[in-house]
Amino acid sequence: MIPEIGHFALILALCVAVVQSSLPIYGAAVGNSALMAVAKPAARGQFLLVLIAFCSLGYAFADKDFSVLYVAATSNSQLPLHYRLAAIWGAHEGSLLLWTFILTIWMFAVTLFSTHLPDTMRSRILGVMGLVSMGFLLFMLTVSNPFERLIPAAADGRDLNPLLQDPGMVMHPPMLYMGYVGFSVAFAFAIAALLGGNLDAAWARWSRPWTTVAWCFLTIGIALGSGWAYYELGWGGWWFWDPVENASFMPWLAGTALIHSLAVTDKRGGFKVWTVLLAIMAFSLSLLGTFLVRSGVLTSVHAFATDPKRGLFILAFLAVVIGGSLVLYAWRAPRVGLGGGFSLVSREAMLLGNNVLLVAAMGSVLLGTLYPLFLDALDLGKISVGPPYFDSVFAPLMTPAIFLMGIGPLVQWKKADMPDLAKRLRWAFGVSLVTALALPIILGNWTPLLSLGLLLAIWIVTTALVSLRERLAHVEGSGLMARLMMVSRSYWGMLLAHCGIAVFIVGVTMVKGFETEQDVRMNVGETATIGGYTFRFDGAQDVMGPNYTAARGTFHVSQDGRDATMMYPEKRRYTAQNQVMTEAAIDSGLLRDLYVSLGEPLDDGAWSVRLYYKPFVDWIWGGCLIMALGGVLAVSDRRYRLAWRREAQDVPAATRTARRKVA
Amino acid sequence: MNRFVLPLTIFAVMVGFLAVGLTLNPREIPSPLVGKAAPLFSLPQLHDQDKVFSPDEMKGQVWLLNFWASWCSGCKTEHPVLMQLAKSGEVPVYGMDYKDEKEEAVTWLRRWGNPYPIVAVDAAGRVGIDYGVYGVPETYVIDKQGVIRYKQIGPLDDETVAKKILPLVKELRAR
Repeated sequence: MIPEIGHFALILALCVAVVQSSLPIYGAAVGNSALMAVAKPAARGQFLLVLIAFCSLGYAFADKDFSVLYVAATSNSQLPLHYRLAAIWGAHEGSLLLWTFILTIWMFAVTLFSTHLPDTMRSRILGVMGLVSMGFLLFMLTVSNPFERLIPAAADGRDLNPLLQDPGMVMHPPMLYMGYVGFSVAFAFAIAALLGGNLDAAWARWSRPWTTVAWCFLTIGIALGSGWAYYELGWGGWWFWDPVENASFMPWLAGTALIHSLAVTDKRGGFKVWTVLLAIMAFSLSLLGTFLVRSGVLTSVHAFATDPKRGLFILAFLAVVIGGSLVLYAWRAPRVGLGGGFSLVSREAMLLGNNVLLVAAMGSVLLGTLYPLFLDALDLGKISVGPPYFDSVFAPLMTPAIFLMGIGPLVQWKKADMPDLAKRLRWAFGVSLVTALALPIILGNWTPLLSLGLLLAIWIVTTALVSLRERLAHVEGSGLMARLMMVSRSYWGMLLAHCGIAVFIVGVTMVKGFETEQDVRMNVGETATIGGYTFRFDGAQDVMGPNYTAARGTFHVSQDGRDATMMYPEKRRYTAQNQVMTEAAIDSGLLRDLYVSLGEPLDDGAWSVRLYYKPFVDWIWGGCLIMALGGVLAVSDRRYRLAWRREAQDVPAATRTARRKVA
Repeated sequence: MNRFVLPLTIFAVMVGFLAVGLTLNPREIPSPLVGKAAPLFSLPQLHDQDKVFSPDEMKGQVWLLNFWASWCSGCKTEHPVLMQLAKSGEVPVYGMDYKDEKEEAVTWLRRWGNPYPIVAVDAAGRVGIDYGVYGVPETYVIDKQGVIRYKQIGPLDDETVAKKILPLVKELRAR
């Protein structure tokens, strides 16, 4: 009964979505306020209906209702409750429901925080979002229904994929989807602006916080996925350039470019057309990611079970949504005026450089991801594109981008003076260069890449300090603390996010430069030494988990003869699917991780064992967290809170001219 | 070309490729074993542990070797196709129970029907390695001389059987 309620709620939600995507947009076009007023209640109603559907599916999982096909396929009576609930998004159908649910959450949020928007704008935004949700609801109801019954009911479920039975995996999809779907808001803003023909600075200001929030979620989501791969897959890597990872990384690159481009549109009224295109691109890449994961056109470790009908549906949906918005763009964008001019050395130019490099990086990732498909489609053979390609195109593109990142915040808008800039930055550059060259030599392993990585990281931090010092000189206040308090949160947010990149780079560089690993056969009582730590293998015992049995190894770790820690890696066999999983043991630290994973059992209680010493590896995810925190800080700026109210009377003259109607 | 139309053009080309991509199977990698002699083995039979099955016995016949397991959902999908094929008697399908529990395999066949004259047991998956199996179900077409002529990765469906397998079998028999 409950699953039928959920199913029915989805059907109703589809009906509401049809209304939401048609009447308000039409109303905005003909200036009928009664039709426009439909948008808000429709969006809220849709949220409620999808919430009911989501809870119904959750109930079916909690209740172990194996007469629901999806529940039987992705859970098991032995599976603990929290994983049964996480199994809602453990496979294709349910994760689509999560996608749609999150989309309605964003819609609901838009209805809450859009009182300051003109009616036409709001109804168009909600209308566009309704259109997107209509597509997804239709997709679920036609070819991916999570509430489909299994009659007769299964005696027990087939269990959730053991790889997904992990706290990181519980959080990874919701975070990632919050990011993916969050870009739909920026997308809807852009489409609404194109429809209305008023691409002005106000539009950019409204879009900014939404975009930044979505970007924060996406950053966290990607970091969680990468962290999960690191500790769950048991081979110590954290990024594999797998098509599905790339699918999440491309919207991130486009979103990062969008955040910076929006800043220019907001502050200077420039880059309008470019910003619109980036907004369309960021969300299109999110949709493309959904297609790549679910259609089976690419091989990937993550891909969902595939079905050609589903692939065809998403492709048609992609063609309508992205194709439609690009047609609109091609039609409307030429009429949008250019922003104010700027010279070659100016903040606009730096941000343009950043945008071009980020988009080029995104393009090269896209090319690498789809290249095997292109060749196969042209019947030119089967190949796979792996890390060597991505590493070799990505680093050269990111190096200048990061160099610009240091300079950008220090350069004036419109026109800056090159010699002056060089003077202000010479200390930062000198310190970075000397440290980057000296540090690896002191640590005893100099390579050009190691120095380059450190140079970039230190460059970001030193230029941030220079920028902060100059900023403090310009704010009023007595005493350092008072002046620090005067600096706006959005500025702190930017510095913090940039420093997050620095932390991330340190992590990547140090791991690449100094990690060591050993594959050894260890008898009980034998020792192996790696990175100054001695591991003694004390044997493996059998242990029972709720839905698995495992061999758990015991390792005694010591450093310089003193006890450091005990580590317990496991080799689990999940009973329902008879799958073997490696559960690595990790001793995390600020400066290094120790990582032990069990290979195969050998004779006489011996095991093949893999040991890693990974310096600074946690900085990779720490950096992502800092970036996201920077985003949160920027969004909490009082400008946005006040902007709701004073929008009308307090627009600066420069933006007022840019605010003229375009159409 | 108008620069505002450029994104649309790029997207249209991409959609074209994606549409073609939908009709392809990226997992279908040409097997290096096609055209080579089928690796030999001698394994116990599922229903009669004392007897063994070896491809040697099949010399002079065109036959199919189907790797399957009771735990594999794709095998359930393809099962009706195999039953149909067995009933038609067009070509014999021999089974290879891959990395499976004996009791579960027997129960599975009793429950859904047994399309195989003989099922060999590859409990450890060693023979699977020789044949380059990377997921069940996989099916091999082997000719009179014991040479692999075709490899199907993933479940067989009616269309593949009618358009690929049966014409190939007919052709190989005529040789």
